[in-house]
Amino acid sequence: MSAPVVEAKGLTKRYGPTIAVNGLDLQIEAGEVFGLLGPNGSGKTTTILMLLGLTEPSSGTVRVFGHDPLRDPLSVKREVGYMPDAVGFYDQLTARENLRYIAKLSGIAENEREARIEQALQRVRLAKVADRRVKTFSRGMRQRLGLAELVAKGSRLAILDEPTSGLDPQSTQELLHLISSFAKEGMTVILSSHLLSMVQSVCDRVALFREGKAGLVGTVPDIAGTVLGGICIIDLEAEGVDPEKVVAAIKGIRRVTRRKNGSVQIDADGDLRSEISRAIVAAGGSLKSLSMSQSSLDDVYVRYFETDQNREMVNAA
Amino acid sequence: MRRKGSALSGMSTIAWKEAADHFSSARFHFVMLLVLLTAFGSVYGAIGEIKNTIGQDPFLFLRLLTTAKQPVPSFVAFLGFLLPLVSIALAFDSINGEYSRRTMSRILAQPIYRDALLFGKFLGGMIVLALCLLTLWLLMTGLGILTLGLPPSGPEIARGLAFLVACLAYAGVWLALALLFSTIFRQAATSALAALALWLIFAIFWGMIVHALTVALAPIDPTNPMTLVSAVEMQSALARISPNTLFSETAQALLSPQTRALGLVFMEQMEGAIPGAPLPFSQSALLIWPQLSGMVAAMLLIFTGAYVTFQRQEVRA
Repeated sequence: MSAPVVEAKGLTKRYGPTIAVNGLDLQIEAGEVFGLLGPNGSGKTTTILMLLGLTEPSSGTVRVFGHDPLRDPLSVKREVGYMPDAVGFYDQLTARENLRYIAKLSGIAENEREARIEQALQRVRLAKVADRRVKTFSRGMRQRLGLAELVAKGSRLAILDEPTSGLDPQSTQELLHLISSFAKEGMTVILSSHLLSMVQSVCDRVALFREGKAGLVGTVPDIAGTVLGGICIIDLEAEGVDPEKVVAAIKGIRRVTRRKNGSVQIDADGDLRSEISRAIVAAGGSLKSLSMSQSSLDDVYVRYFETDQNREMVNAA
Repeated sequence: MRRKGSALSGMSTIAWKEAADHFSSARFHFVMLLVLLTAFGSVYGAIGEIKNTIGQDPFLFLRLLTTAKQPVPSFVAFLGFLLPLVSIALAFDSINGEYSRRTMSRILAQPIYRDALLFGKFLGGMIVLALCLLTLWLLMTGLGILTLGLPPSGPEIARGLAFLVACLAYAGVWLALALLFSTIFRQAATSALAALALWLIFAIFWGMIVHALTVALAPIDPTNPMTLVSAVEMQSALARISPNTLFSETAQALLSPQTRALGLVFMEQMEGAIPGAPLPFSQSALLIWPQLSGMVAAMLLIFTGAYVTFQRQEVRA
């Protein structure tokens, strides 16, 4: 295995008394699609800016392709493409002119510049509107132009900050499709998001950010296992009995919560559907529906940050 | 800790892009139209005046720029008033505009240093100013040849070119100032207003402020003539804080060759001098040297302020 693309050790960033990133350790291998997942303000963007050398870490070290972004930012930035949250372009210039400017700045030789720009525009299907001013572009087109920039630049590592925020479902799918295709061609991708479904669908590994720390790092199933601890989530809908009372007696039930629509969510140690149905029937109730949902990242996410809030409440009390 | 790579890579790309943007922006067209109209108006007025007194002045061409026909001020006075406006229009949103367009982090993610961005922005503005001033000067010279029917002499061309350099230094001070405000204030409107406020203070109110300060700081004692001298010296020292004063003094010495001093002159210093006789160009240049270096120094100082502010700024908007 070659050296990691990104290696961060004890990375910390303080803004006065507040700590944005707190002792972050991260290792990202070549060819990975890595997701930074966390709520707003959990330190994702700050981490990205430190990887690019756009913000100075308060302590700790980062290496990107073996270079220090602080001392040798130009070598880092030559290899890395960055698409910020809500990417902006020069509105009065055309898409092609915008890319040309970036290509010049990133030092692409003049004789291959135009060909690479054209190729990149075709890749993200903007070739037809290449000579229109960016002013007229929709949000989705702008995001795709942002990706075209990474392609034209020939980035080996793409860092995408909230790439799909504010996009409609179709544009989101399209963008994710493009991102996965880049990854298949060997580009390492880091993307940050608070959209779980998106991260789940494209990322190989995920880091869950909480209060500036990567609390959990691993593949989606691994993390689900850790956070949920092998818990099954069962949805129950019953009539004629109080399901909460009936179910509470069964062994292996962790928690029962009533939902707004009248159904009940049960957290159980295993698949207890048969026991539950028997208990309901025995109590004289009628079972309307009983199903077990797959643990998704949503559950992980909710659970992970829920426990966090609970602890805060306990601390406050 | 030393950075690797050149701070200037990418600078010329940015400078030319900025210059191209300025030349195609409506804002700049509008300001230049204003300058051109006033220039034509004042020179046209001056031609009418000169035709009445033809043959009395060896520096007829320079009179074209300095003669005022009531109520229209002279070309030089107009330039002193309007050049800051042109500079402010060029630079008031150069840095904060990148933030509000959300292009800043994308540009800085390219393999360039921040230095290159700021240098490039300033240089781009200076290129535009230099080209415009040169055009204006050539237009006025052409107008002079057409209407007066004689070519400018060698010393007149030398003085005209020196005046051009002085104009550029003066405009550079205001360009640096507008750039500084655009780094300090995140809102383009705030930085524009701050720059315009300063422009009004120096263009209109500075004389009154200087007068009030002189009365307070160096009161005149009627029994001691030396207090009169110190009051006058205090007044000119305070007035020279304003770049507008430095510019008008420079213009006066360069375009009116009979100017022998730019301050207090005693009778014994005038001994042997022929009143109204012109100084050679080298002597006039010597006379304005402090003023010119003062303007250049102010430009560098203000630019350094902008540089320091910008280097320490957080990239995230």
